[in-house]
Amino acid sequence: MTDARFAAEYEGPLLEVSDVKTYFETDRGLVRSVDGVSFTLERGKTIGIVGESGCGKTVLSRSIMGLLPRRGLVRQGSIRFEGNELIHLTPKEMRAYWGSQLAMIFQDPMTSLNPVMKIGKQITESIREHLDVDKDFAYELAENLLRSVRIPEPARRLREYPHQLSGGMRQRVCIAVALAAGPKLLFADEPTTALDVTVQAQVLDLMAQQQSERFMAMVLITHDLGVVAGRADEIAVMYAGRIVEKAPTSVLFRDMKMPYTQALLSSIPKLADESHVRLATIPGRPPDLVNPPKGCKFAPRCAYVQDRCKEEEPPLTPSTSPGHEFRCWFPVGTPEGEAALERNKQKGLRATEALVAADTVET
Amino acid sequence: MRVVQFVVVLWLVATFTFALIRIIPGDPIDILLPTQKSNLQAKAKVKEVKEDLGLDKSIFTQYVNYLGDVVTGDLGKDYGSGRPVTDILKKALPVSLQLMLYAQILALAIAIPLGVFTAYRAGTRADRALNATAFGFLAMPNFVLGLLLSFIIGAELKWLPSVGYTPGWLDPIFDSSRTGNFGDHIQSMILPSLTLAVGQIAVYMRLLRSDMIATLQENFITMARSKGLSDRRILWRHALRPSSITLLTVAGLNVGTLIGGAVVVEVIFNMGGMGKAIVIELNEKQYVALQSLILVMAALFVLVNFLVDVLYAIVDPRIRHARAAH
Repeated sequence: MTDARFAAEYEGPLLEVSDVKTYFETDRGLVRSVDGVSFTLERGKTIGIVGESGCGKTVLSRSIMGLLPRRGLVRQGSIRFEGNELIHLTPKEMRAYWGSQLAMIFQDPMTSLNPVMKIGKQITESIREHLDVDKDFAYELAENLLRSVRIPEPARRLREYPHQLSGGMRQRVCIAVALAAGPKLLFADEPTTALDVTVQAQVLDLMAQQQSERFMAMVLITHDLGVVAGRADEIAVMYAGRIVEKAPTSVLFRDMKMPYTQALLSSIPKLADESHVRLATIPGRPPDLVNPPKGCKFAPRCAYVQDRCKEEEPPLTPSTSPGHEFRCWFPVGTPEGEAALERNKQKGLRATEALVAADTVET
Repeated sequence: MRVVQFVVVLWLVATFTFALIRIIPGDPIDILLPTQKSNLQAKAKVKEVKEDLGLDKSIFTQYVNYLGDVVTGDLGKDYGSGRPVTDILKKALPVSLQLMLYAQILALAIAIPLGVFTAYRAGTRADRALNATAFGFLAMPNFVLGLLLSFIIGAELKWLPSVGYTPGWLDPIFDSSRTGNFGDHIQSMILPSLTLAVGQIAVYMRLLRSDMIATLQENFITMARSKGLSDRRILWRHALRPSSITLLTVAGLNVGTLIGGAVVVEVIFNMGGMGKAIVIELNEKQYVALQSLILVMAALFVLVNFLVDVLYAIVDPRIRHARAAH
């Protein structure tokens, strides 16, 4: 066992991501999937990364993990884990981190376990890769892990194949695999999206419990603000490969500044809504990441959009609350923002009408 | 269920081979004993063949008798030499079985590592070079390769026997008098097996390569990488098995190609196998013996593919459980 896990504690944050860019060279041109993302994560904390499909959140997490296929890949910036720079490491060098320091839970538990390998083998191979234990002890540890992720009859499950388990059970197995070698940082990429609604909360609670027991940090990636609402310490909202708003969870929900965050939130159906109310949607689709728009990337779909937004991209600006940053020229809830919204309402902009419709239903 | 299929296929093959000799124009006697009909001394022999094949009875009776003979293990005989087909088989079948087995093992033993490697390094210069080389060998007919190997390594360099066959482990099981030194046996089999294997290598390698490339895109491979496993372990323990179903299928169906190839190779290397026996019976126009030899080869082909079906379930537990559920 290397002493990295118990080495003299590094004083700084567990993970420091600064200005990370991840591009893919394709026949169409350079796809800028992640375009200058920065955040830091302390030990034992959770950051939620939220955005629509294609906003770059999955690429970001795999880029930090170093798990992307290398052909045509361009990665820039800095990824420091306990002060060690990871971005230039080869996959071979990354193996020292994978599993034992950084682990990942994937979106689809149906396809992320090997279909022709028994559950027990898939957990113990990870244990035996990182810990110097014999086979029997590894199986004992695996059984305990399955018990800790609340899988009934763990000893029997170890001898079964993935297809003999339900989706929820498989995701628990994936969690057990990820936890097997005691990582300090867990990436959970839409861990509950493929699961039945009734199982989603169970799995999320299980992850939260394991996280606090192990004092593990977590990057929770989701398209659903509801998933991160009660579980993340901090939330970063991503759009077109950039962070467009980032704040401690309570601040974000109380005082969101970015129209995109607001639009995301209002597109979640609410219990208080009457039935058969049309669900608020964000019109249009995320921009082409090969030729993104010149100004603010969200401008073509924004309810607050003004001429300036189409020309100049707003920088990430700090808000009044500490740790709250956003990219917007006409932020939500400010006089400039309200004036912009009012102007657009008069013009009858489609995005504005959609937002206003959602608002009236809410009240 | 599988056994029923097996029996039905064998019955069809037996029926076709039975029909073969009756469909060929002319009197079967003329075909089987062409030089002897006018010979007065051979009168008795003609009578024997007639009675043996029941040519004086109706075709239906002949057919039923033939099936009865096949089921009870009477495969007829070569009316030229008078040898029963079972005697020919005892000598020839183990030769061909071992030749095909060694060739198949050799082909897979070379193709699997190459397939895994070229999939892992897909698109690199090494991948392209190996593929081109494999195709080169695929394009070379086995009689050319066999003659080259026999001439260069056998006759010129004298590293291995250029022709001939030494019985091995399987021969005594069929005929206890046929024994040989195992080392000599292997030496006599290297060049023929290699000749037969080379054409298959490119096919197996390409198949495994493309299936493996697809498997390596799977989520469970990314997951395995995220566990910190070595590339070697990911390739061999995680990716190979799910990628090998097509390979297994084709390796089974390829036994047909191997049987055809064995005919050529056995003639070149002068080995008394099934191929050689078939060629002899064909030249002698001994269709009764020929149909029995073909029936045995067909049975072998069906049997191998039956085994491949069983192997599917071993390779993929999902197939195993789906079958158990039926």
